[in-house]
Amino acid sequence: MSRRVTLNLGFQGNTRDVTVVIPDDEPTPWQWGERLSVVGKPTPRVDGPLKATGAAHYTYDIELPGMLYGAILRSPRPHARIRNIDLSAAEHLDGVRAVLALEDREIRFAGQEVAAVAAISSDLAADALKLIKVDYEKMPFVVDMDRAMADFAPRVFGSGSNVGRTSTSSVGNVARGLEVAANTIEAAYTTAVQTHVCLETHGAVASFNAARDQLTVWCSTQGVFSVRDDLAVYFSLPPDNVRVVCEFLGGGFGSKFGATPEMIVAARLAGATGVPVKVMLPRGDEHRSTGNRPNSEQKVKLGVDRDGKLTAIDLVQRGSGGIGGGAGSAGPFKSIYRCANIRTEERNIYTNAGPASPMRAPGWPQGCFALELAMDEMARKAGIDRLEFRRRNSDNPVRAAEYEIGARAFGWAEKNSSPKSSGAFKRGVGVASAEWHAVGVPGPEAQVIAHRDGAVEVRVGTQDIGTGTRTILAIVAAEELGLPVDRVKSEIGDTRFLFSVPSGGSLSAPSNTPAVRQAAAHLKDKLFRIAAPILGAEPDDLEASDGFIRVRTNPSRSLAFADVCKRIPGDSISAQGERVANYEGFRTDQAGCQFAEVEVDTETGIVRVTHVVAVHDAGRIIDPLMARSQVNGGILMGIGFALFENRRMDPMLGIMVNPTMDDYKLLGSLDVPRIDVTFFEVANGITNTGVMGLGEVAHVASAAAVACAVYDAIGVPVRSLPITPDRVLAALGRA
Amino acid sequence: MNRDDRKPRKPPGISRRSFIKGAGVVAAAAGLVRVRPAAADEKTLPAGVVEKLGPEATTIELNINGKPATLEIEPRVTLLSALREHLGLTGTKLVCDRGACGACTVHLDGKPVTSCMVLAIDARGRQITTIEGLGTPSNMHPVQAAFVETDALQCGFCTPGMVMSVAAALERNPAATTDEIKHATAGNICRCGTYPDVFAAAFRAVKPGPAGSARSVRAAKDA
Repeated sequence: MSRRVTLNLGFQGNTRDVTVVIPDDEPTPWQWGERLSVVGKPTPRVDGPLKATGAAHYTYDIELPGMLYGAILRSPRPHARIRNIDLSAAEHLDGVRAVLALEDREIRFAGQEVAAVAAISSDLAADALKLIKVDYEKMPFVVDMDRAMADFAPRVFGSGSNVGRTSTSSVGNVARGLEVAANTIEAAYTTAVQTHVCLETHGAVASFNAARDQLTVWCSTQGVFSVRDDLAVYFSLPPDNVRVVCEFLGGGFGSKFGATPEMIVAARLAGATGVPVKVMLPRGDEHRSTGNRPNSEQKVKLGVDRDGKLTAIDLVQRGSGGIGGGAGSAGPFKSIYRCANIRTEERNIYTNAGPASPMRAPGWPQGCFALELAMDEMARKAGIDRLEFRRRNSDNPVRAAEYEIGARAFGWAEKNSSPKSSGAFKRGVGVASAEWHAVGVPGPEAQVIAHRDGAVEVRVGTQDIGTGTRTILAIVAAEELGLPVDRVKSEIGDTRFLFSVPSGGSLSAPSNTPAVRQAAAHLKDKLFRIAAPILGAEPDDLEASDGFIRVRTNPSRSLAFADVCKRIPGDSISAQGERVANYEGFRTDQAGCQFAEVEVDTETGIVRVTHVVAVHDAGRIIDPLMARSQVNGGILMGIGFALFENRRMDPMLGIMVNPTMDDYKLLGSLDVPRIDVTFFEVANGITNTGVMGLGEVAHVASAAAVACAVYDAIGVPVRSLPITPDRVLAALGRA
Repeated sequence: MNRDDRKPRKPPGISRRSFIKGAGVVAAAAGLVRVRPAAADEKTLPAGVVEKLGPEATTIELNINGKPATLEIEPRVTLLSALREHLGLTGTKLVCDRGACGACTVHLDGKPVTSCMVLAIDARGRQITTIEGLGTPSNMHPVQAAFVETDALQCGFCTPGMVMSVAAALERNPAATTDEIKHATAGNICRCGTYPDVFAAAFRAVKPGPAGSARSVRAAKDA
């Protein structure tokens, strides 16, 4: 049932043999130096034409016959008890079909759902919300993290403390590590709350067929199956009676897992009215209520010995995810650099603000910023070159190679030693290290179908968050079947297909591609059995390449793939594949590093990023065109986090004061630097494709590199993100 | 006191658009009274004559992608809503709902405008071009094809607006430099970070030609 294979794994100049046991029907994992035909070549994304012409249908674009428009009334108060809700005026407005009061009677943040309506137009639904009268009993609230920790602060959750559980980790003895250090530094770093700002807001279209007890929900989600399971539980339906569809998704970044309130509201309104109901959130609600990256305050202590080796890393951190949790940022402190003595302490503080949700590498951009700026402060104090300091404290051979590649591409040696000033403008450079572990998980299954006309179809219940999932799956199937990519069509985004995992945690590519490759290999076996008697050979003697099925020892004996398909009995032939457990492989971590150059106007305090060089390991790259897009996106979101983004709360009113896309500052086209991306290919052998996810690792170090470059430019660390002009001027003593 | 402090503060939650279309129920009851601008090419009313519209739905004609369309809409309906909810042209997206992100960009008489900030009734008598009018998946406009080739799209939700901004910029100046393209797309927000590829797509969309052609002029200017 299984076989042992020895794989040559690793990277240029550093490979080794690893023997693993794999199931008999599993293709042998691709190894170092494997020659592949379409994998690794730039392929424009297969659904690009639909997206570029506006023909791609997102949840927001779905219109069903007789469909109603739903809208949600939200609390304007940050903390209150609902005494009474009067729905009568809304119910009597012409065109309104259903009004419902939601059950939760205690409001804990401004933006929490209170009631909902369904009407014949979105304008009328908005009108109806204004007619709902809610009698709120005001309660004391707190939106500021410091105030929330005070002894007599208003309690967010009744009797419970606002200070959540402390999460600690400890290796070695940090006190001793600091004691023996030749040099130490100690500083506090802060980051602001960042909101996801998905361009397509959260939303759903729900349709309930009462006769069949069947709920169908089209929604903007990162996980069709996780939504299905949540809805099945909520409505006490068997999972088979819930179908979830997401053909296209206008951004998620971690905020669109599971069944969210607007999906449940849409489904309840559909049930109440007997017709489909669409609920798409307005922009302000998206900012306030659908998730965010928590803020942080990170007190860091570092110690180094005379050789520039870290003797101690100490982090005491707190952050607030509003009424939610998950504010920790210790990840980078625990694993990027080697140190015998590491202690971390993370604390989640509850405030009356919208709940946090996962956001692109949760916790890591915050942690990486504090760690890397502290590293630069330490290097300066100890008189060591910043890149050399990082080299000495990293034992990852992949990252060591990446530092060299990046430094060369960036021109680190010249730029790091060149003068900082040309008048008011000062230039600076920085480098930061990234890490992630996107090896994927078992679970997904794939179906690959060959039709009589020679067309091939891949079906997986995954979804495309924008990373190009359809294209990636088509490339892998095409590779295995020896076809050009345009012969393969990918169908995704529907729970009627086989199970897959949510598109988050950089899981999609490494979890789905091995299942697709296995399914394609199984399909190939079936086609070989059809072709073998015609070619006068055994199925085991055949191979598929360049659109032909051939006898391996005599390639002139061949049949076109499409001709084999013509002999399929019936209309099509299909095969399934499963994503098996991870093999031992080469390494399960993935390293990266980013270099940034900034120009600081010391008169205005404005920081401009002029150049970024990124070097990343993502195992095997399936499509360098789309992989580069992922890295560009991670960097640019990181620059926004470093310089612009800040959810601001009014401490007196308890509301978000900038829930728009102009007052909440986002990076725009004029802020885009030159970006150079290099992929450092590693054959990891963890799965049959060796693919690793890229979406998160590309974002971890970006803000940190910018902050380090600002420090280099002006000679003073700005320890708070975003690095706004006022903070730069304050650091320069000019505020 | 700096300059910002003297600006009148607008109450949170009131967008410019909800102001222009009036606030919900109240506006629906009040309707709109306006003076037809002299420039508008409207057969029913001479220039300068006062026109009373609403609050109930009224019949208007729009010229969209070269074809006339008749709609029955309340005067408060934006051009964006008219396109999406009344005509099924869903390629144009609503994102910020206040003219700050460019996702709803269409061309009015060839000029890019944010359709969430234009009332449908104000688009009468003008040539409206939407993303659907620019090209189709099987017959893409050169800018759309260039977006696909350079991978200037990820989730794709900003893409229609981004394409419309780039197409208008290249229509204005086929030799537009990257810097000019950056300015032309400064009002288009992309959360996925496709900007570098958008700039590359704009460059690629201009057909290659001999020295002195638009493309070689651009290359020289960028260098």
